Amino acid sequence: MDEPDSSDLTPEALYPERREFVKNAALFAATSVGVGGTLLSLLGRGHRAGAASDQARLDVAGRSDFSIDEPRTPWADVTAYNNFYEFGVGKGDPAQAAHKLQTRPWTVSIEGEVHKPRVVDIDEVLRLFPLEERVYRMRCVEAWSMVIPWVGLPLAALLKRFEPTSRARYVELTTLLDPTQIPLQRGNLLPWPYVEALRMDEAMHPLTILAAGLYGRVLPNQNGAPLRLVVPWKYGFKGVKSIVKIRLTEEQPATTWNSALPQEYGFYANVNPTVDHPRWSQASERRIGELDRRPTLPFNGYAEQVAGLYAGMDLRRNF
Amino acid sequence: MSRRTTAPTQPWLKPGVFAGAIVPLLALLVRARGGDLGANPIAEALNELGLMALVFLLASLACTPLKALFGWVWPIRLRRMLGLFAFFYAFLHALTYAALDQRWNLRAVLTDVTKRGFIALGFVAFLLLSPLAATSSAFAVRRLGFVRWKRLHRLTYVAGVLAVLHFLWRVKLDLSEPLVYSFTLALLFVARLFAGPSAFRSPRA
Repeated sequence: MDEPDSSDLTPEALYPERREFVKNAALFAATSVGVGGTLLSLLGRGHRAGAASDQARLDVAGRSDFSIDEPRTPWADVTAYNNFYEFGVGKGDPAQAAHKLQTRPWTVSIEGEVHKPRVVDIDEVLRLFPLEERVYRMRCVEAWSMVIPWVGLPLAALLKRFEPTSRARYVELTTLLDPTQIPLQRGNLLPWPYVEALRMDEAMHPLTILAAGLYGRVLPNQNGAPLRLVVPWKYGFKGVKSIVKIRLTEEQPATTWNSALPQEYGFYANVNPTVDHPRWSQASERRIGELDRRPTLPFNGYAEQVAGLYAGMDLRRNF
Repeated sequence: MSRRTTAPTQPWLKPGVFAGAIVPLLALLVRARGGDLGANPIAEALNELGLMALVFLLASLACTPLKALFGWVWPIRLRRMLGLFAFFYAFLHALTYAALDQRWNLRAVLTDVTKRGFIALGFVAFLLLSPLAATSSAFAVRRLGFVRWKRLHRLTYVAGVLAVLHFLWRVKLDLSEPLVYSFTLALLFVARLFAGPSAFRSPRA
């Protein structure tokens, strides 16, 4: 072998210094990677949701006149930024965890103050009523908003079919309670199952829908499949997801967020820029995808259609 | 191998921690550039910067107890840098809030600070850190005198408590993450009591 001995290249006196340098460089690298990695691990990661093409197409009969003409929030944002505490409190958690939910077979029980109480199969519901596209603003109580092309049916159409009695004054809608599929329901973060309710006139209002899809596709689980409530003039938390029970009542039902934190979340939860949340302002909102804040509109921009429902009511008290 | 006596011991320590400490900021910038901060990038940046400020604040508060309990000296050598990183991330957090979240709408910021308890707490915590960052140099220690400097820098504890309350109060329902940081802070206080004041008289020589 003809290789030069390393001693020919480096004066012997420099050995220790070079070795020291290499050692220090290695320790520097290890420290920075260790510190940087630890810090990154403390920060939560967002998750990506699946593509729209993963979801089956729905038969959409047409586009409703109630649709608004504003740029739609992209599918990726609508399906990866969700509040669905049954599947985690992080915005990306539901997209990650909700795939475990089995949405077939699925039934919805219509009960209480109706002449024809029944348990209906979800596919029957979707066959009985023509599905329309409704492009609505969605304003979260956390002061962000989206524009979502829902596909659904008017709640009024469904309720009428089961013939509410004259005593029916409220409609209570309940999410599935099944800790085997929804492990967080074993904990008591909120009193499970999630329950929301509307006054009868709110439930019968033509803007109020049960959504089964978005962007013409079957609703992804994290958005509340197979059936969820959409009330566009109210804060998003009123939109109870993965509904299994619709009960008509004489008395005002106890609702989840209102029971948990009554001083922060009212029963009505109408979008109202003049009534702040105790911890943050509701005067403006960030539309997802935009950098500037926009002013929040009374009843989320649906005042013309719904303000009459609350004539004479003190909306500061009934927030 | 004989170590040269003039060379600093562990010369890799401070640069290594420094490089690691800017990783979250670099990661944030890279993700922001790639549009990879999710649907609400401003909220994401705000949350990450705030959390980093809290982590560095707690880390700077951990140095003295670590020395007292285990006799380690190296955390003390990092303390100033950790404290400055706490201020640095708190500054970026506050800047993100004012510039990006509120778009320099100073009226809205003022209303927030005066009307919303949790924002007021965060604001005061940030204000408290500012004089500490300004007096972090050896020159400032000499100018103030060690006793006065030390008294001033006890504000770190107040800032730590306020920062943890700011986090707890902000959360909608699930307190588990802020509680982890609250317990860590409480533990650091207990460690100080447990080690006794004598352990903190410096230098021990």
